[in-house]
Amino acid sequence: MIKVENVHKSFGDEKILKGINTEFDKGKTNLIIGQSGSGKTVFLKCLLGLFKPEQGRIYYEDKAIQDMDDEEQRQLREKIGMLFQGGALFDSMNIEENVMFPLRMFTNRKKSDHLDRVNAVLKRVKLENVNKKFPAEISGGMQKRVAIARAIVNEPRFLFCDEPNSGLDPKTATIIDNLIQEITHENNITTIVVTHDMNSVMEIGEKVVFLKEGLLVWQGTNQEIFKTDHEDVTNFVYSSDLFKKIREVQNKEA
Amino acid sequence: MKYLHDIGSYFLMLKRVFGSFTKTSVLRHLILKEINDLIITSLPIVAFISFFVGGVVAIQTALNMDNPIIPKTLIGFATRQSVILEFAPTFMSIIMAGKVGSFITSSIGSMRVTEQIDALEVMGINSLNYLVFPKIVALMFYPFVIVVSMFLGIMGGWVAGVQGGFVSSSDFLAGVQEGFIPYQLFYAFFKTLVFSFILATVPSWQGFYMKGGALEVGKASTNSFVWTSVLIIAANYIITQLLLS
Ligand SMILES: Nc1ncnc2c1ncn2[C@@H]1O[C@H](COP(=O)(O)OP(=O)(O)O)[C@@H](O)[C@H]1O
Ligand SMILES: [Mg+2]
Repeated sequence: MIKVENVHKSFGDEKILKGINTEFDKGKTNLIIGQSGSGKTVFLKCLLGLFKPEQGRIYYEDKAIQDMDDEEQRQLREKIGMLFQGGALFDSMNIEENVMFPLRMFTNRKKSDHLDRVNAVLKRVKLENVNKKFPAEISGGMQKRVAIARAIVNEPRFLFCDEPNSGLDPKTATIIDNLIQEITHENNITTIVVTHDMNSVMEIGEKVVFLKEGLLVWQGTNQEIFKTDHEDVTNFVYSSDLFKKIREVQNKEA
Repeated sequence: MKYLHDIGSYFLMLKRVFGSFTKTSVLRHLILKEINDLIITSLPIVAFISFFVGGVVAIQTALNMDNPIIPKTLIGFATRQSVILEFAPTFMSIIMAGKVGSFITSSIGSMRVTEQIDALEVMGINSLNYLVFPKIVALMFYPFVIVVSMFLGIMGGWVAGVQGGFVSSSDFLAGVQEGFIPYQLFYAFFKTLVFSFILATVPSWQGFYMKGGALEVGKASTNSFVWTSVLIIAANYIITQLLLS
């Protein structure tokens, strides 16, 4: 569980986040949605502690990061897995070394134990026989899977994903979304996914938080999002023709 | 104003480089990799340039000696002095600012724009220690590169001088050993160490704090070369004033 209280963040004079309050549940895929530039990535980086909010508190379970000393923050980081928008794989390392990296950093087991764990997670993301390849040698969808494998290899309690399916075809995107949800349920972790993709909302939006211009304007489930009358939300949801048509059909049926 | 800010951020970076340390086993591996990338792979180009420039220095000295009273040993002497005092430490460092400096800036810069540095930070790793410290250590081996450059530069002078019939082998070698002042070698290596620190840190700073995308990585590499060489030349001037005059 992650609780957010009144988080404000600006860059210079520009206010990006203007007081956000919400809660992200354990064992669920929590989605942060909104238009490009609405502050989703900045919010995520505040949650991660990469950006320091000027005001507000962020609780992991019961303790606020603002109250943690360096050592406690470091320990928290070991429990966090992050999937970056572009994958952010280390391009000087092969796939195996990439996935093994958090293990080498945080644990002191034998290399063969590390390797067993790496192979297990690579198998979990359905990637085999790519261990010795370099990130530049595999497809975008495969890179995302490697990035997921690296994010979960150290058994995190919190998983963050920034636009996990940007740049992927719809089918691969769905596979990645489902993978993230399955892993969340299997391990009962708190997962937060930033997206602007309505398909993801439909597929995995167990809790959805809608940001607009740095404010949280709506939250609910993916069932509720299609029923709400909130104007900003409906504008966003029905911005695609496909969803507009679906709504027309639904309205006729009703 | 901007310069003050840049200088401040450079020194803050240095402080953070020596802040919390990466796990030793990982660091050792990184240092070995940097020694290979920065030092070993630079040797061929250093050897090539040193040998032939040493040769040209000897030929130029010989061609400009039209007065018969000047002993031929001067060719060896002049080659040694210019190679050891300036050519190897200073000019090789400018060439290394192009090779090693732009490599460092573009590799750190591309890690920045593809969020690889964020990935390190999220894992609780002091990314500056992880990325920059191994480069500083690897470049402590840079004086060995300069030894190779000095040796091959003088060799080049000897080969060119003798091959071209400008000087006999024994005259050249006698000149090389003439009036040798050990303090000058200290001066050369002292400045080499200072340059190696500039070579490791200034390009790292350029890459680490860059913003933007692939195009900006290219611009940062160019900037990095300009700043690294300007600082090397400035440091050379200051050190020479302090140690030799
Ligand atoms: N490091 C930064 N410095 C200054 N401004 C930033 C920074 N990161 C993001 N911004 C600004 O914050 C706003 C929100 O960006 P972001 O959170 O990336 O949007 P998105 O919702 O598309 O992820 C944008 O206007 C962006 O320019
Ligand atoms: Mg974003």
